[in-house]
Amino acid sequence: MSETIQKEEDRTVLTGEYFTTGNLAAAEGALAAGCKFFGGYPITPSSEIAEHMSYRLPQVGGHFLQFEDEIASIVSILGASWGGWKSMTATSGPGYSLMLENIGLGIMTETPCVIVNVQRGGPSTGLPTLVGQQDIQQTRWGSHGDYEVIALAPNSVQECFDLTIVAFNYAEKYRLPVTLLMDETLGHMSEKLIIPTKDEIKVINRKKPKDDPSIHLPYKADDDLVPPMATAGEGYRVMTTGLTHDERGYPVLNAETQEKLIRRLIDKIRKNKDDIILLEEYKLEDAEIALISFGISARASKGAIELARKKGIKVGLLRLITIWPFADEQIEKLAEQVGNIFVVEINAGQVTREVQRAVKGKAEVHGVFKYGGAIHTPEEILSEIERRIK
Amino acid sequence: MTDKLLKAVEHPSDVFLRPGRIPHIWCPGCSLGSVTNVIIEAIKQSGIDSKKISIISGIGCTGRAAGYLNFDSFHTTHGRAIPFAIGLSVTDPERKVIVISGDGDLASIGGNHLIHGARRNADITVICVNNFQYGMTGGQVGPTSYEGQFQTTAPYGNVEHPFDLPGLAYSCGATFVARWTALDVRRMKETIIEAILHKGFSFVEILGSCPTTYGRRNQLREGLEILENFRKRTVLKHGADPTKTEISKDGPIIVGKFVEIKDKSTLTDNLLKVQRIAKATKARGL
Ligand SMILES: Cc1ncc(C[n+]2csc(CCOP(=O)(O)OP(=O)(O)O)c2C)c(N)n1
Ligand code: SF4
Ligand SMILES: [Mg+2]
Repeated sequence: MSETIQKEEDRTVLTGEYFTTGNLAAAEGALAAGCKFFGGYPITPSSEIAEHMSYRLPQVGGHFLQFEDEIASIVSILGASWGGWKSMTATSGPGYSLMLENIGLGIMTETPCVIVNVQRGGPSTGLPTLVGQQDIQQTRWGSHGDYEVIALAPNSVQECFDLTIVAFNYAEKYRLPVTLLMDETLGHMSEKLIIPTKDEIKVINRKKPKDDPSIHLPYKADDDLVPPMATAGEGYRVMTTGLTHDERGYPVLNAETQEKLIRRLIDKIRKNKDDIILLEEYKLEDAEIALISFGISARASKGAIELARKKGIKVGLLRLITIWPFADEQIEKLAEQVGNIFVVEINAGQVTREVQRAVKGKAEVHGVFKYGGAIHTPEEILSEIERRIK
Repeated sequence: MTDKLLKAVEHPSDVFLRPGRIPHIWCPGCSLGSVTNVIIEAIKQSGIDSKKISIISGIGCTGRAAGYLNFDSFHTTHGRAIPFAIGLSVTDPERKVIVISGDGDLASIGGNHLIHGARRNADITVICVNNFQYGMTGGQVGPTSYEGQFQTTAPYGNVEHPFDLPGLAYSCGATFVARWTALDVRRMKETIIEAILHKGFSFVEILGSCPTTYGRRNQLREGLEILENFRKRTVLKHGADPTKTEISKDGPIIVGKFVEIKDKSTLTDNLLKVQRIAKATKARGL
């Protein structure tokens, strides 16, 4: 390799083919999306993301800071985002629990940022070094109050890269913290990663206001229900608060203002569901039985489908790439096609209960659970199908 | 006619207050109004471009200050102003980030961030209005309440010992440390100007009056009585050892500029230095 030092731009997107881990892929995805600030606190199995960002961010003109805890970490990335920098943190269950109050601040102040949760087995300290998918509902409802969130679940090292970029794009487009729900297995396993060229990567940046600062209303939304975002130092005299606020950003503590604000925060996600929901359909065309799964569990599910089809059982998979908002309509339609749906997940039924809700009684829903520490084997899933379908 | 009347009552600081946000929520006799006014004056006189100023608050009566000031302003969550300020400050080395918050916010729930912000010598200014208890939630004891102080959660008198905030900030690494009472408006202003212009973590404690939830439980019914009590006990001592400035119920209140250290690298300095090193290192694969 030549001794020449690469220019800043050349180092943000490390175009090429690699054999690497999900954690490193997520970090590189963040850089490719334009992330310039990372604030974090070490926790297994996510720490490699922080370590890699500490090495890479200064190379591209960004900053890495290790904070005193996860509360400071999440709040710092909100601050950096208001400074105009795309920002991110990475953690696992215990840290995500600590972040929740301030994820709510991010939702209320409409602050774009990305949180990677490399899930491990819980509750409490649980299984620090082993897989879990138990933070699905915490991501949805963990912070107090009513709101909608966006959460994405990759199932390969390549997707850890790709979906981190999508997470940043959604964060910027819809102005909220977006969570990438990884897991220990994905974070630590190695496989092929292709980093495309900068031109091939679609990057979305927040809308900027065009009006005069003297008449600017920081929380007046456009037709897409998202307000353009001025950041500190641009002369707009940004006004933000976690209190219920009007279009000026001023606290107005009454039911009417609350109705209007919360309705918009919810609707900006619900009404754009079609844009946000990403799904993979696998062998569903002729399926009589459907699996629904996500993340690493979806890979075991595909294995089970191969085994089942060899035995003449027509099984297909709906993989949830977007977990939140939930794919209610698509799942209801699937229920009309198949009689039985098996939900494969490494928890006690956190997605299963959503599927039960979505199918509206149009199909039987069965959970195939593990409580953390190991991923399903295809055989386990198949035997569960055979046990329930006689 | 009304136009003229309105013009006549316009205050020179009005442009620094958010239009339509006044009247504020603060009680009669509370020092927060005058402290806010001093901060505005200090910012004005510091000569810093107002676009480069950001005000961050946590939650509390003091924490409402950010929302009244017409700069980039961020009213965050309880205790979390400092990490927000750090994230914001490092995105632009020229940005002046000023945290204004209460004693409970900064020293109790946010205490961890205060000590680590000081340790890092983060390039921010922290102005803590210490009214010895939790004003906003109705007067519970806090980490700066002195032994024997009466509050809603200390009906028999406080059983704990207080933090001495200048000593705490200094021992954790703050490079500018000062204390004034709300009465010392002129010297407070000069100090805040210096604190804002200081490179590194500057900490200014302002002893404030809270007649509503502190005073009336502690034989200091009016705001003025609290200030009068401060005046009687104040001892001016620039350069005082900040580990010997603890406040007791009746003892002296030492005020002044205690610490100013100019040669310690700031967090921003060090981050920029690391960038230069990183940019010069050869690329390595993933
Ligand atoms: C997480 C959380 N816990 C508790 C509260 C309630 N709370 C609001 S303000 C406050 C104390 C404020 O005291 P201080 O910081 O001294 O400010 P003051 O009102 O005295 O100016 C508390 C406990 C909160 N808002 N958030
Ligand atoms: S409760 Fe105390 S601190 Fe709060 S506004 Fe009233 S006097 Fe001021
Ligand atoms: Mg207080």
